[in-house]
Amino acid sequence: MASKFTRSNRTGWMMAGPAAALMAIFVVLPFLFAIGLSFTNQRLISPNPTQFVGLSNYEQLLGVGVLTLAPETDTTGAVLRDADGKPSYPSVRSFTRNNDQYPQYDGMREWFSFGLGDNQVYVLGRDIVFLKALVNTVIFVLVVAPVQGGLALGLALLINQRLRGINLFRAIYFMPVVVSIVVVSLLWRFIYDGNSGLLNNLLGAISLGTIPRIDWLGNPGTALGAIIAMSVWQAVGFHMVIWLSGLQTISPTLYEAAAIEGASPWQTFRYVTWPGLRNTAVLVLIVITMQAFSLFSQIDVMTGGGPLDSTQTIVFQAVERGYGKQDISGGSTISVVLFVIVLSISLIQRWLTREKK
Amino acid sequence: MAAIQSDNHGLRLFVRYAVLTLIAVIFIFPLIFMLMSSLKPDQQLLTDTESLRAFLPVGDISLDNYFAAFRRAPVGLFVFNSVLVTGLTVLLSLAVCSLAAFAFVFIDWRGRELLLTLILATLIVPFETIAIPLLLISANLPWIGLEGITRGWLNSYQVQIVPFIADGLTIFLFVQYFKDLPGELIEAARVEGASWGQVYRKVVMPLAGPVLATAAILKFLAMYNQYLWPLMVVQQEAYRPVMVGLQYFFQLNRAWGEIMAYLSLITVPVLAFYLFLQRAFIASIASTGIKG
Repeated sequence: MASKFTRSNRTGWMMAGPAAALMAIFVVLPFLFAIGLSFTNQRLISPNPTQFVGLSNYEQLLGVGVLTLAPETDTTGAVLRDADGKPSYPSVRSFTRNNDQYPQYDGMREWFSFGLGDNQVYVLGRDIVFLKALVNTVIFVLVVAPVQGGLALGLALLINQRLRGINLFRAIYFMPVVVSIVVVSLLWRFIYDGNSGLLNNLLGAISLGTIPRIDWLGNPGTALGAIIAMSVWQAVGFHMVIWLSGLQTISPTLYEAAAIEGASPWQTFRYVTWPGLRNTAVLVLIVITMQAFSLFSQIDVMTGGGPLDSTQTIVFQAVERGYGKQDISGGSTISVVLFVIVLSISLIQRWLTREKK
Repeated sequence: MAAIQSDNHGLRLFVRYAVLTLIAVIFIFPLIFMLMSSLKPDQQLLTDTESLRAFLPVGDISLDNYFAAFRRAPVGLFVFNSVLVTGLTVLLSLAVCSLAAFAFVFIDWRGRELLLTLILATLIVPFETIAIPLLLISANLPWIGLEGITRGWLNSYQVQIVPFIADGLTIFLFVQYFKDLPGELIEAARVEGASWGQVYRKVVMPLAGPVLATAAILKFLAMYNQYLWPLMVVQQEAYRPVMVGLQYFFQLNRAWGEIMAYLSLITVPVLAFYLFLQRAFIASIASTGIKG
């Protein structure tokens, strides 16, 4: 289309200009700011001038150390044991507080520890809450991506049948997608409630009262799982529709051929449906992963990161620091860490599913 | 033999519908619970959760919770704010993004390929990663209003609207759609002497109905349901949208019936809108998947 009738530098820039300018100010600039601010000690409002602090925000956030401690022994070399017969170890605090011999551990706290032979290995971190948030978010993504993607595919196959009234079912399955996640989170607090919650009442009725009541969101062992289940419930319809549009691009003649060859339903899925869904699968995985890494609203409405930091997430921490504590540089540092993770994952996913030439 | 087969067929059909219905119940029960609870006094609401009465309009049914919700919080104001912010953003977004996509697809200008690549690259930047620095930028931006030039956008309508007018996804949707339009049509109009503005208004936009619907629906859902951003930038009641209003509403009281009434009030119009335009809603989500 390169003719004198379609060429115009001025008109091109004028028409694309507003969008380009808006995106430069409200997307590109904050993105560059996030990177720049993460090397400073900027606060939202501060009497002191902003200073360049190098990588110290990152060190503060991601600093981890491993400390292996041998059991304490008495003068004869015998291992000291406590009342339960477990060996006793020197206190971790003696290494992390004002210990000139181990400056690398200064200011760290114990994250978790495990036994290795007679020794006890302590994993230390500078920012335990953030490290927990990082791990929780990764767990959330690792569970939600396959479960939500798989269930969405199952629903899409179910809804892709020729049945009277199938559109009604499709409309219902999709319904939670249009409801705000904030509204959904509040509703599910009722479902998960420890006393009069619908889930406890349902389990009680099914088991005739043998299953004890659980405070699903108030228990560190179940809170993250409860949020995962609700998040899948809310978003699965979205991905069902994306799978469905992928299913409808597969030529019906392929299915006819499979039927003539006498293929079983599984064989049809394995050799006709699945190969046709490759691109859709990549898209669904990328979208779910990116949405899952951004987990925030559910946490803010349902648990506030608790109990015992069991539902802390990366974005929740970024907001708590950047907005709650007005620590813009701390929040920006977390944002950059999140971006690097999301970027790496989308690059890995693209590389794994690249077109083989 | 034939009879057995048809029996078998009927059974299989029954099983299929049973499975479909069971799944439908899983997706719909919290919403029915919300609607029914909004009609009940708190005491009954809580005891009803022990039986299927939770999903039925039984007992002491009234609209009292709705009236009480309006008395407790400026619900009307929150709804007005949300409608204003969402409506304006959708309209401005459609105009600005379609104009840009038009330039990217139909006009030949220096820098367009680079700029389009940059804009599409922003699709992998989650909003959450730029929210904190955007807060700092918004706190310092100038604004020309009735009171002259002011600095700082916090607590305003524009802080909820302007940053969301142009976005990579909307531009991408328009670009994809425009690419499938016949280019000869545009060139012919140009040869006949139409200006670029005329081609945009009279040739391209009249053909853009489906993509306008798609982009409008996606933007509408994103804006109306927005939570993180208004939570950070709006502290004054005067500019508060429904989702943030809800958070405060919840902290003020534990009157469950009123909370359910408020939830119903802000959700039912969207659900009705969705059920009315169901095909368009689903098609709009599906189109984000086409071509990746």
